[in-house]
Amino acid sequence: MKSSYREAVRAGIRDALQRDPRVFLMGEDVGAYGGSFAVSLGLLEEFGPERIRDTPLSESGFVGAGIGAALGGMRPIVEIMTVNFSLLALDQIVNNAASLLHMSGGQFHVPLVIRMTTGAGRQLGAQHSHSLEGWYAHIPGLRILVPATLEDARGMLWTALEDPDPVLIFEHGSLYNVTGELDDGAGPVDIDTAAIRRPGGDVSLITYGGTLPAVLEAAEQLADAGVDAEVLDLRTLRPLDDDAILASVAKTRRSVVVDEGWRSGGISAELSARITENAFYELDAPVGRVCSAEVPIPYARHMEAAALPSVERIVAAAREVTGNGG
Amino acid sequence: MGDFLMPSLGADMDHGKVVEWLVKPGDYVRRGDLVAVVDTDKTTMDVESFQEGVVADLLVAIGQTVPVGTPLARIAQTPAETGHPAPEPTPSPEASPTPEPAPPTKEAPTNEAPMAPPVRHLAHQLGVDTAGIRGSGKNGAVTRADVEHARAARRGGRTRSSPRARGLAAELGVELAGISGTGPGGAVTESDVRRSAGSRQPAPSTPAEVKAPRQEAATAKPAAAGERVASLRRAVGTLMTRSKRTIPHYYLGTTVDLRASLDWMQSVNARRPVADRLVPSALLLKAAALAARDVPDVNGFYSAGAFRPSAAVHLGVAVALRHGGLVAPAIHDADTLTVDELMKKLRDLVGRARAGRLQRAEMADPTITVTNLGDLGVESVYGVIYPPQVALVGFGRVMEQPWAQDGLLGVRPAVVATLSADHRVSDGLRGGRYLARIDELLQQPEEL
Repeated sequence: MKSSYREAVRAGIRDALQRDPRVFLMGEDVGAYGGSFAVSLGLLEEFGPERIRDTPLSESGFVGAGIGAALGGMRPIVEIMTVNFSLLALDQIVNNAASLLHMSGGQFHVPLVIRMTTGAGRQLGAQHSHSLEGWYAHIPGLRILVPATLEDARGMLWTALEDPDPVLIFEHGSLYNVTGELDDGAGPVDIDTAAIRRPGGDVSLITYGGTLPAVLEAAEQLADAGVDAEVLDLRTLRPLDDDAILASVAKTRRSVVVDEGWRSGGISAELSARITENAFYELDAPVGRVCSAEVPIPYARHMEAAALPSVERIVAAAREVTGNGG
Repeated sequence: MGDFLMPSLGADMDHGKVVEWLVKPGDYVRRGDLVAVVDTDKTTMDVESFQEGVVADLLVAIGQTVPVGTPLARIAQTPAETGHPAPEPTPSPEASPTPEPAPPTKEAPTNEAPMAPPVRHLAHQLGVDTAGIRGSGKNGAVTRADVEHARAARRGGRTRSSPRARGLAAELGVELAGISGTGPGGAVTESDVRRSAGSRQPAPSTPAEVKAPRQEAATAKPAAAGERVASLRRAVGTLMTRSKRTIPHYYLGTTVDLRASLDWMQSVNARRPVADRLVPSALLLKAAALAARDVPDVNGFYSAGAFRPSAAVHLGVAVALRHGGLVAPAIHDADTLTVDELMKKLRDLVGRARAGRLQRAEMADPTITVTNLGDLGVESVYGVIYPPQVALVGFGRVMEQPWAQDGLLGVRPAVVATLSADHRVSDGLRGGRYLARIDELLQQPEEL
């Protein structure tokens, strides 16, 4: 079945709404307008205003309402338009959703799923383009999912709803229009493991979410140059699948982390640190990183492109760590 | 061009004698560098330069006494002003050809660590570039020791190398120095070490690399065979040297009564065609494998300071090659094979080992090795452990011997089983249990 990433996400939401009457979707413009990125288009007509709920322009308010609903036995899916706006709900997400289980001595789970768009590449300016999922991966009590493929876009939501604790799903805005074949039987997928999207022996390109297509393209170019790159899609940023990361690095002995977030203090730094801590003696080169330029993501097309990890930069970084020995 | 004058080294000094020149024409001097040793009647003192540049001429010969203020040497601002080529890359290439009158702030890199003049002089003498030295002295000052370390580091040819390359080099007994690196920044990588070791284990990932050695081996000429033997000998030597240097071996031996085993074997063989008959070593290997499963302290690898026991028993079998040398390929999961399967594998393995057709996995992963020198008439063998394994089992010749039991003397077939084991991992108690377990197993051959 031909599907876009957007349709795959929608299929996942529809599936969840059908499976469990406790599931409902709420957020800004998710109903009548069909979602800011048209993800929930048609769902209001199908499921009615009780289950597809438009909210006021108040992230802190409706995320808090979602937490309350979850505590009260519902399985809310809260959509926040972009990760930048989720900052308005940080108190609810970090101080409440992520902390209540701990602070209640294990009594109160918060089975909440928050979906949001992340990332740049669409000329939406700094306030709509940042990649802050690495920040959330810092927070104990949250699970952070970064679906990069149609299968994950379709399948991660239900598994996340089954998790008794809060899960944040980051959908990269540049992926919504990506289309491909999605198996008719596609359904829930695991949310614990990283996946090798392309096996290789010379260097591990470790990435997730929106940069996966560029990394796969870079791997093809590297193959032409005789460098056999392995592409590891993290899928989940918290908890990280250390075993998969270390196994890949132990095999290739070199790695480049590709992350659209900023380099300083980012998830790429965490990955680099873990690799160095746990696989130091396996390494044949320092861990390389390709991240976004340390600026608020620019609006102008050429400047935005220059700020983001590009195929060229990924190829160059991989060539750097593989040296001239290949 | 400036002159270096005989200084006044005390209010009462009016002349001095040059007893030693510490520089020669063409040398580069900085402010504070020692230039000469001067005798002042009272004492001899090191004299430093107040300018920088290249020494153009020495005007006063050693032993000459001159009044204070006499020019002793000419110091030029740039090498071009002297006839001499600069012997070393000058730290700061002064672009302007026009000489400037002693610019004290122009030259020195501002981030340079403070350094006492004698230390700077030492650095110059030793040809050490002081720019990169991190001082360990007061206020980060560079000390004499720092300079000497820097020089030693350079002399020793500290080679940039990856952690993996260093680990592999130690494993293979290869010197890192002298290997030219192909990694980032010219660092020595794993593949550089392998190349240097002349290893025939190309990384399987690069298809280009895999083909070449294959063809080479197939068309190897007899002349090359001798070379190969020599290199194999060297490899064995390196490995065994490393083993003896790094593994604290301890040795145990016990004589095992084989009557039960051989009786059982003969009764089985009596019903079989010759080709399918068992030989005693198959029983010994099986017992060694089973015992290794039961006493895990002898089965596994020691690396990076820790023992990793292995759940599987891959029994390495030492095979002497016809032209000399030794390999010890593995029979995988030997503890799970029947004695017959083990016999078959052993035959296959020895045949292929001698034909040089072992697979890489067989070479790489034995978890414990057995050497059996019984065929050669050896009574007992205390072997050297193959790193990173932690034990080596030896069997000698099966021979009849007088055997005292329950106050009676009889004659039994027996074999000396020995264990060389790594004391970092196990001790005599565990090792003893291992040998005792072999003995037990061989008393019930039908259970093997």
